[in-house]
Amino acid sequence: MRGLLQLTIMSFKLYLREPIATFFTLAFPPLLVLLFGAMYGNDPDPMYGGYGTMDITMPAYTALILGTIGLLGIPITTSGYRELGVLRRFRATPMRPLTYIAADLLTNLTMTLLGMAILIGVGWALYRVRFEGQVLSVFVAVVFSGLTMFAVGYLIASLASGARTAQVIGMVIFYPMMFLSGASVPLEVMPEGVRRISDFLPLTHVVTLLRGLWFGEGWGEHLTEVFILGAIFVVGAGLAARFFRWE
Amino acid sequence: MSVVIEVAGLYKSYEDVVAVDDVSFEVHEGEIFGMVGPNGAGKTTTIECIEGLRQRDSGKVNLFGVDPDVSRAEIAERIGIQLQESALPARIRVQEAMSLFGSFYTSRADSGELLDRLGLTEKRSAAFSKLSGGQKQRLFIALALVNQPEVVFFDELTTGLDPQARRAMWDLVCQIRDEGHTVFLTTHFMEEAERLCDRVLILDHGKIVALDTPEALISSLEMEKRIVLTLPGAPQELPLSDLPQVNRIERSGDRVVVYGHGERFAGPVITALERAEIDFLDVRTEQPNLDDVFLALTGREMRE
Ligand SMILES: Nc1ncnc2c1ncn2[C@@H]1O[C@H](COP(=O)(O)OP(=O)(O)OP(=O)(O)O)[C@@H](O)[C@H]1O
Ligand SMILES: [Mg+2]
Repeated sequence: MRGLLQLTIMSFKLYLREPIATFFTLAFPPLLVLLFGAMYGNDPDPMYGGYGTMDITMPAYTALILGTIGLLGIPITTSGYRELGVLRRFRATPMRPLTYIAADLLTNLTMTLLGMAILIGVGWALYRVRFEGQVLSVFVAVVFSGLTMFAVGYLIASLASGARTAQVIGMVIFYPMMFLSGASVPLEVMPEGVRRISDFLPLTHVVTLLRGLWFGEGWGEHLTEVFILGAIFVVGAGLAARFFRWE
Repeated sequence: MSVVIEVAGLYKSYEDVVAVDDVSFEVHEGEIFGMVGPNGAGKTTTIECIEGLRQRDSGKVNLFGVDPDVSRAEIAERIGIQLQESALPARIRVQEAMSLFGSFYTSRADSGELLDRLGLTEKRSAAFSKLSGGQKQRLFIALALVNQPEVVFFDELTTGLDPQARRAMWDLVCQIRDEGHTVFLTTHFMEEAERLCDRVLILDHGKIVALDTPEALISSLEMEKRIVLTLPGAPQELPLSDLPQVNRIERSGDRVVVYGHGERFAGPVITALERAEIDFLDVRTEQPNLDDVFLALTGREMRE
């Protein structure tokens, strides 16, 4: 895996130089905390099992970050690189394709964790948000959910002809999920009919899994989510590997 | 001289076009080998089949005795590639690109010195997207040399460069060859092939039209050479018709074009004029070049 470290560091720097992507990963979720925190505060609410709006917002916005990166960031960047010939240039070196993918995954996971850190920092500073789970468990769940979303992102990148198409496909998939999965608006406030649709959206299961583990539930209580996300990962990654093109 | 690239019966087609049709040649260690031909001749297809970036339909390709379709990884380490079309991430800086690409190889050139040789030192902190076309081209050439490759491939070496940068590039390529590397390049410019290459392969419609040293290609045509002179107030009868090297003379006013042949053709013409005390101005000899070779072999101009 020669070049993996250098490539990861470089892609990380390049990510931070991309103002729009950086804004949506690092700044947008804390801004939502400021906005909705001002509107709803963080008082315990029986509707949310005794937690406050800002408490349950932490795992939800984490899912939002994963969705943004996986369904918009990865497809747009990857198919843009292919369209322009950046991937071609990499392929002309001895660097292995797997190294490129690994560096990209590492970069995006690191950005997710960084986004989470800022989000939780703001939540803690303003609302003393609660965390009752195990750090390692939540970390594993974030990585697992991330790989699922990123696999879908690579699949979009594989099927799209260019950056524009990738952006359109990503938005068509992501925007309904953004509002209907509980990632930005809690499902508890949604009417029954909407919640039935939510069950079919992958991001809903990310939100449910993260929120459960966040507040101390065990993996055993979330086998459905693990199974569904696992299946999406296997199918997404398999199809992406099958259809991915370097040029 | 040992053979580093061996191509035999290379054939490659896309849906409905045959891009490369039964092409065979060898490239020797330490030479500058050039492939010229008009747009769509199949140059890029050929060079990328050798680099292992495209898969041939049939035929044999060996690089260092290894088939690029079988063990690309091994070959990639020992070659440098400048692609006709590629890009880097918009915000990567010149210096960063050099060290990133360097990190993919075991053997590494001094990237500061490379940037210096390519006139990019001032641009080392500039983002890729802020470079001019010619600067991008020079960066890609630097990247092709970042691993001190045994064989370096340049697809359209000087496209996008101004005449001064082009000449500097020719010097650089000669230096690279003199340092013991083998150079395989493609170009549209016949002049470039003629000035730079030890051997030239002329490709047209996916087939080899000719392959030899530029000198041999030109002299094989046995084409007439020309001397163009201005002779103010010269007598009607010029003392040139009797010279054995002269074939014919064309005259319009003061301008005279003398057609002839032979290694030393200009000398006797000048001597004869001086002996007859005829004043002459603006002597210019016109040699046939590779453009004429292409025209003679294909019946078409290079650029149409
Ligand atoms: N990826 C491709 N798919 C389909 N046809 C292709 C592809 N690449 C090249 N061709 C066709 O193959 C032929 C040879 O193309 P190639 O790029 O090898 O020519 P070239 O000599 O490099 O041309 P140029 O001087 O314009 O770079 C052309 O007719 C071209 O249209
Ligand atoms: Mg070409």
